[in-house]
Amino acid sequence: MTEPVIEAIDVVKFLGKGASRVEALKGASLSLAGGQLALLMGPSGSGKTTLLSVLGCMLTATSGTVRVGGRATSGARPGDLAKLRRDHIGFVFQSYHLFPTLSALDNVRLALDVCGERSERAIVRAKEVLATVGLAHKQHAFPRELSGGEQQRVAIARAIVGDATAILADEPTGALDSENGHTVMTILAQIAKNPARAVLVVTHDPRIIPFADRIIHIEDGRIISEERNPADRIQSIRPAKLASTRG
Amino acid sequence: MSLILKLASRNLFQDRLRFVGTVIGIVFSIVLVTIQLGLFLSFERMVTTMIEHAPADLWVVALGTKCFEDPSLLDEHDRDQALKVKGVTQAVPVVIGFSPWTVPSGGTTPVFIVGSDAGDAGLHPWNFVDGNLAALSAAHAVAIDRTYFERLGITKLGDSTEIRGQKVQVAAVTDGIRSFTTTPYVFTTLDRAQAYLGTTADKVSYLLVHVAPGADIDSVRAGLVATLSKVEVLTPDEFSRRSRSFWLFGTGAGAALFAGALLGAVVGTVIVAQTLYSSTKDHLNEFATLRAIGSSNGYIHKVIIYQALLSAVIGFSLAASIGLIIVMLTAKTALPIVMTPELTLGLFALTVLMCVASSISAIVQVMRIDPARVFKT
Repeated sequence: MTEPVIEAIDVVKFLGKGASRVEALKGASLSLAGGQLALLMGPSGSGKTTLLSVLGCMLTATSGTVRVGGRATSGARPGDLAKLRRDHIGFVFQSYHLFPTLSALDNVRLALDVCGERSERAIVRAKEVLATVGLAHKQHAFPRELSGGEQQRVAIARAIVGDATAILADEPTGALDSENGHTVMTILAQIAKNPARAVLVVTHDPRIIPFADRIIHIEDGRIISEERNPADRIQSIRPAKLASTRG
Repeated sequence: MSLILKLASRNLFQDRLRFVGTVIGIVFSIVLVTIQLGLFLSFERMVTTMIEHAPADLWVVALGTKCFEDPSLLDEHDRDQALKVKGVTQAVPVVIGFSPWTVPSGGTTPVFIVGSDAGDAGLHPWNFVDGNLAALSAAHAVAIDRTYFERLGITKLGDSTEIRGQKVQVAAVTDGIRSFTTTPYVFTTLDRAQAYLGTTADKVSYLLVHVAPGADIDSVRAGLVATLSKVEVLTPDEFSRRSRSFWLFGTGAGAALFAGALLGAVVGTVIVAQTLYSSTKDHLNEFATLRAIGSSNGYIHKVIIYQALLSAVIGFSLAASIGLIIVMLTAKTALPIVMTPELTLGLFALTVLMCVASSISAIVQVMRIDPARVFKT
């Protein structure tokens, strides 16, 4: 059996201090292998974003174990966590978080720049990845000149340009219309076909279920159920049609 | 262009109004520091200008003399004693002091008399633009600087007036011999200076000692100290240092100039700090994103410090240009502002230091950002 790309074992996370201290995660466990696109679904306040932050090494677990690329994060210093993030994890955010003063190409190149890759090769690589997400012709455009879908594709390019093994996406289709949401998920699903890469998508959006290999349900800080190959359950309905049935 | 520099410059220039405010702040601050330090340098030079132009190997001064303008007097017979010391070839008397100059159009204004005989290797005017040293031998002859024509009510060579009720005639005109006290210098012969000052003929202010070629200055100095009483024997450097120390620090003038310079630097630092802090606050999401994608602290520090350095370079370039204009405009005034290559380099270093120090608050702010805020915004 191959080693998980990213995993959480019995993770507990307290947030806040004093009277406002809450237990956001109450022993959550989750493991993602390469070649998978998993959805993390649950109601608001269920702990989705906290789990994503812990898996993404932005928060450390109060207890339990988190491993990224085989390396435990407990006790890691902020600098070590930053290195884990830049070496292993790519992020896609609901509101894209592109740099408005940089072109699409520079936004993608930034992920390599923070890793110290500043050669001509970095530019070539950034252009290749932009082409992969279908934006070769928009490399010099600034975020304000791109549609929401295009901005999210640039964000995806930024997430994968450094060959991250885990792509963590927070509501990547949340701000997009059906067509652009479909395009973005198609790209993420394509990325997840790489056996060395796992994609975890936090979502409320049922339209994207057909793209998933797994659906993990979280509620009240615990993983309560998991569904494998949900697309089989709805195989008669094509993703594009799902998109069009959105109310 | 490196991506860090590109990000820094675009962050900086994105809000142009704020950037203009930053640059104005830096320019204001550095121009203020330039003026204060330029005045300090000018003051420092002018305080010792007479000592530096006197062709003396040693100065014999009255005990406790604080500066060149000190009114303490020596006995003239000290000169005869000095000349007996081995190695002394000349001991030229100089008389200095303040006296009232009658302005031809009415009223009086104080002048600073410098008297030394033309035939001796004494303290004489320089930079003649009209007349010459020999002209001072004529009766009532004095030399003044053209900078002070208006103050003294003089329009041309040959004009006459009075000092302490005694006739003077402008026989020579110099250019650029200015006093830091703004009191005009009036050069004349020794006996005439004594008369204008009301000093008796047996009193002088200084003896300019000339040492024989090859003689050991320290030995001559020791000989003078042993021979003369109630005097001090100083090298020109020592006398210059003493004068500078008295005028710049003994009177508080130097401290006031430094305080002005410090105030300028503090104002500049606060303005740049405020701007960088505000700019960083506007870009918090971007810095949080940088942290989220794993950039090191050093990378983020560089973005902010590059913003500070860009502000410094642009602000300094403008401030230095304005400073240069001020230097040119004041060059012919009674109190010129001096700019030296060392001062320019120092000001650039100060600007950089000021701007980098200003970035500390912004860096602290960014280091407090929770990278997980990217999921919430």
